[in-house]
Amino acid sequence: MAGAQAVSPNRRRFRSLEFALGITLTGGMCLAVLFSGFLFPDGGESMDLMARLIPPFQDPAHILGTDPLGRDVLARVIVGGKISLTVGILSVLGAVVLGTLVGLVAGYYRGIAEVLLMRFADIQLALPFILIAIMFLAILGTGVDKVIFFMIVAQWVQYARLVRGSVLALRDREFILSARAIGVGNGRIIFTHILPNVLGPIVILMTLNVANNILLESSLTFLGLGVDPLIPSWGGMLADGRTYLQSAWWVSVFPGLAIMFTVLGLNLLGDWLRDLLDPTGQTGK
Amino acid sequence: MSDNKAKPDSASAPLLSVRSLSVEFGTGGGAFRAVKDVSFDVQPGRTLAVVGESGSGKSVTSLAIMRLTDYTGGRIVGGEVLFRPDGTEALNLVEASDAKLREIRGNDIAMIFQEPMTSLNPVFTIGNQIAETLTLHEGLNTRDARTRAKELLQKVRLPDAEKLLDRYPHQLSGGMRQRVMIAMALACNPKLLIADEPTTALDVTIQAQILNIVRDLQQEMGTAVIFITHDMGVVAEMADDVVVMWKGEKVEQGPVREIFAAPKHPYTRALLSAVPRLGSLTGQPLPKRTPVIVMDGGEPKQVGETHIQNTADYTKPILQVGKLTTRFDVGKTFFGRVTHRVHAVEEVSFDIYPGETLALVGESGSGKSTIGRTLQQLVEPTGGTVRFNGRDMAAMSQADRRRLRQEIQYIFQDPFASLDPRHTVGYSIAEPIIVHGLIRDRKAIDRRVQELLEQVGLQPQHAKRYPHEFSGGQRQRVCIARALASDPKLIIADESVSALDVSIQAQIVNLLMELQERRHLSYLFITHDMAVVEKISHRVAVMYLGQIVEIGTRQAVFENPQHSYTRKLLSAVPIADPERERAQTRIEGEIPSPVRPVGQEPAIHQMREVEPGHWVAIEPERLRGAA
Repeated sequence: MAGAQAVSPNRRRFRSLEFALGITLTGGMCLAVLFSGFLFPDGGESMDLMARLIPPFQDPAHILGTDPLGRDVLARVIVGGKISLTVGILSVLGAVVLGTLVGLVAGYYRGIAEVLLMRFADIQLALPFILIAIMFLAILGTGVDKVIFFMIVAQWVQYARLVRGSVLALRDREFILSARAIGVGNGRIIFTHILPNVLGPIVILMTLNVANNILLESSLTFLGLGVDPLIPSWGGMLADGRTYLQSAWWVSVFPGLAIMFTVLGLNLLGDWLRDLLDPTGQTGK
Repeated sequence: MSDNKAKPDSASAPLLSVRSLSVEFGTGGGAFRAVKDVSFDVQPGRTLAVVGESGSGKSVTSLAIMRLTDYTGGRIVGGEVLFRPDGTEALNLVEASDAKLREIRGNDIAMIFQEPMTSLNPVFTIGNQIAETLTLHEGLNTRDARTRAKELLQKVRLPDAEKLLDRYPHQLSGGMRQRVMIAMALACNPKLLIADEPTTALDVTIQAQILNIVRDLQQEMGTAVIFITHDMGVVAEMADDVVVMWKGEKVEQGPVREIFAAPKHPYTRALLSAVPRLGSLTGQPLPKRTPVIVMDGGEPKQVGETHIQNTADYTKPILQVGKLTTRFDVGKTFFGRVTHRVHAVEEVSFDIYPGETLALVGESGSGKSTIGRTLQQLVEPTGGTVRFNGRDMAAMSQADRRRLRQEIQYIFQDPFASLDPRHTVGYSIAEPIIVHGLIRDRKAIDRRVQELLEQVGLQPQHAKRYPHEFSGGQRQRVCIARALASDPKLIIADESVSALDVSIQAQIVNLLMELQERRHLSYLFITHDMAVVEKISHRVAVMYLGQIVEIGTRQAVFENPQHSYTRKLLSAVPIADPERERAQTRIEGEIPSPVRPVGQEPAIHQMREVEPGHWVAIEPERLRGAA
């Protein structure tokens, strides 16, 4: 109790530092990706076999060097962000919305809805992921939208389970009972009392999953199940550069750094958001 | 106390001397000094009570004696703790090595904690846990340890000790677990026993048993006891000497009689003035508000006025409960057939009149909270009728039932748990107004919230704060404001003051009574605390195992208790008066469980009227004999 009285000024500063760093990294990356068409009209696809594998910081035309086909690494990193960020962020948002709704309903109302939803979730978790992926994308065909759709289908279960668990712990808490005693309806209880209290862990899982999904997209593409392998994406570039890692590290290191900074930025933003949502300021400790 | 002379003289060398002990938590600028320069002595064979309210540093002091603060993030920053296990050589525990401390802990100094469930390891049997201490400190082999463990369980008067050795903690009741804790603590014949609120979580009759056991064992074994508590009644019953702590400092120390008869420090006076004393309203028909002394920045200040609570209007009841029955199914067979039921409430009938406070008293499992929750429509009744303002609840439409939730409000026990931590208190107070559509205009709602905050003694600007920024008493005020927001006729207060410090409790009780007069409220006051009941209620219903065993005016029930259980309950309450003779009757027995196999319905008590309006359940002769 005593420790929760006020957030120390030190901590508040750190909190804003978290936000500043997070927004710079994520926002910067998003802006660059948004304006990639303007910055690199060729989409990073123009090849120059005479200028293969130029190391970074040597040729002013190719600051981050070139890949084995003589394509500009900087251009590809920024253009590639388009696919990676779209897939990473949209798939996570979709899964969060679906999973949270299911988890809230299952955890709050219990009963048959819970049994059906949760058993279904268990069954899905028991199937090997890559097997479903092959089946699913083989039927639907490939493409960015299909990849996102597939990831939502594959991942909503995690959120549903997480949310249901938190709701189960919350629904018998006294402040929920006291809201009910006042005459607050179910919908209002779910959305104004339960949802804000389960957001913390959801935000953390979200930021972790964005990174995961960016890499997952490249695995799917590598298997020929993802997007068109010719379109640059971070995951794809990482995979391509692997064979040159000994001789030309920059081909895969820069897309790797791009993923790292994006994820770091999102994590910082996630922490900041979680603290913002929790007025007691205790969860972060 | 009559047995004072038998105890060693307080002039001999103290067993434990605490000298200017200071304990800090946190580091650097955020360091918080929980205990400031505290000194006291514990004489061999005597009981020292350390009294204080939450945040007074009493528990930290007790942990620091054993250097257990090392494990809770605290640091002893000054002073010494001199321990003389054999009466001569003093050992400074503050500087002792870890190995030496391990030798002393559990051996020379033992400790009992408040929560017996969490201080026993759930995966080991009772026998194993007691034997562990014995093999560790006394070097006994497994078989001897088991025999000794059995003896110890018999010593704390646990029946069937042999069988208990192989039980797991969850199979025992709270009172039994606390006795096991005492048995474990006494396993190695410690010189000093530190008991940190050992009976706070227990029912009164169980508390009386535990206090009895500790007292008897202390006399038998000559153990010195440090008794940490907030309950002045327990202090009066247990202590030889008292140390009063306030905000981390020792404010007063002395023999128990002197502290009670002539408190010197203003805080001690304030504390004692706030303690509800059973029997203080003897001879008076109506409850009475009395002023409380509160500490206002170090200065005692008298708050409130003496006022007779003549608010009840006995022409027409506002709530009529007839043969209300609530049961819960537990235990199902594989095919979903119910095998056992909790008979929480069985054919309970009572009326509440406008402006009246009806107290529902009972121990855990008596069904008192279930009645409240059934009335608030949080639990479905199995049978019976509830009429509010003459209208049957069962026959009401959905909309009418919703409106009933506006006219009946509920205040929960724990003000920390019953407010949503993610919303401002202003939001929480406005919520009933919004959901019932009482006021539509946003600004008018804000004004109403501020008005309500002022009515319960808070500031209007508090509306923007979050629950964690308030103290326990303030939070309970917020909960009361929230309950008042929908302008109810009846408020169900479920142990609403039980979790509060006494000085806060007295103020909240006064606030509730004041609001009753001003707004003509009826209260259903659910509690286990007889002393508070005496202060606040017009009528009292005593519950036992889901049925009312005695109901009548407060004066009739308290001054002329007819049922053996009512008498037992009244005699179990610790009285904050060390001069008073201790009741000689020893209370025995666990509280029976309300869980029954399907088909075995409990017998419904027949009631007889002993005097007008005072009804008592007719007891079978054997029950009467047992009490």
